[in-house]
Amino acid sequence: MTIMILYYIMAAFFGVVLLWNFVKSKDVQKAILYLVILMPFVLRVFRLK
Amino acid sequence: MKANREWIIKGIALAVWIGILISSGIAFAQHRQYKETVVLGEGVTQVKTLGDYFEPIKGTTNDCNIYILDSGVPGGTLLIMAAVHAEEPATNLAAQLIVENAGVTTGRVLVAIHENRSASTVTRPGDAYPQFYTVKTEWGEKKFRMGDRWANPLDSWPDPETYVHYPSGQMLAYMDTRNMNRTWPGRANGSLAEQTSYAFMRLIEQENVSLTIDLHEAELEYPIIGTIVAHQGALNVAAMASMMLTAQEFPIGMEISPLALHGLSHREIGDYSNSPCILLESPEPFLDRVRGVTDEALLLTGKDEFVMKAGEKGLLYWPIDENGWSIDIRVARHVRTVEKLTELWTRFHADTAMVFSGLPSYEEMVDNGVGHYFTDPATVSANRLAFE
Repeated sequence: MTIMILYYIMAAFFGVVLLWNFVKSKDVQKAILYLVILMPFVLRVFRLK
Repeated sequence: MKANREWIIKGIALAVWIGILISSGIAFAQHRQYKETVVLGEGVTQVKTLGDYFEPIKGTTNDCNIYILDSGVPGGTLLIMAAVHAEEPATNLAAQLIVENAGVTTGRVLVAIHENRSASTVTRPGDAYPQFYTVKTEWGEKKFRMGDRWANPLDSWPDPETYVHYPSGQMLAYMDTRNMNRTWPGRANGSLAEQTSYAFMRLIEQENVSLTIDLHEAELEYPIIGTIVAHQGALNVAAMASMMLTAQEFPIGMEISPLALHGLSHREIGDYSNSPCILLESPEPFLDRVRGVTDEALLLTGKDEFVMKAGEKGLLYWPIDENGWSIDIRVARHVRTVEKLTELWTRFHADTAMVFSGLPSYEEMVDNGVGHYFTDPATVSANRLAFE
């Protein structure tokens, strides 16, 4: 259970980093790519998938 | 100007992303929370949950219902476990048909419709499985959750690099730590699947189960199909059932549970309890890797031109033609084999006799369809309903 909680924290951390990269990126193509990658992290953190 | 254009595109992309997130999130949540309605047949005398046998499972996703059909006449106890692999729907339907229709005149029958309930709350990522399937009945459509082979990662995460089976130490694929047919006899402080197996072992011990039957389905590309796999403690019963069913009703093979293959129900339950275990496999073309469109129609009809073509090339271990393998035939095979095994068990073990009544024949189930045997929940009082 402890490891599971740590993995959720890691998923949330990577989610925030990806969102930050989306905001800061000047390259629109890369920004969209960050959003695509972000999707499974958000679904996992919200315990949807 | 360029900065404005960049933010407009990013804004549109974000809006689309939020739309996809919300719509997919709702679909996933609805599937995970959907409850199948089970009408308790006249034979059901009590409904317990798995947590009653092992406290740590209480209240978890895998705290499944245990339906008890007690004849009141001394005899043996049969445990039927279904949907350990929740992508094998004939097992779920066969167990529900038994709970709704069976009577017991000697001994007791215990049924777990969703042995690994967590696996029924997720479908396989990337395989485009339908989330639900419906069966036509005389009063409308009855809806069921489609599931996966493994427990939901939302309930058991992360997987180890390699799954080491307890207690044998045999190394298996990482995701099999969530595969309940690789975690027997279980471990009290293990993964969710290991704990669930452990809880079932406590149930078998506390209820003094005489015989356990584990229902499965398999792809036609897999050699263990259309067969009965038996622990050495029930070989006579399994062999006789295979011969009688093949001669009189439908072809079904029989295999001996391998001694060195660990974690499987037909090996470990018999080794670690007084109850031998028998596993049944029916043919499910939906699971074949060479299949075409993976939809509800394939799940229910078992018709697929690509699987058929593989059969023509001699690549399958079980025959298939343009009639496919319908859900009605697959359910009928399971229900009838369970009844035959019980009948033969009683013949060989009179002191732990178990006798069913009220189950339809193989021909009746195939002709009428499985939906014919489900009662409209709206016509039943609330205390005769259970939810899966």
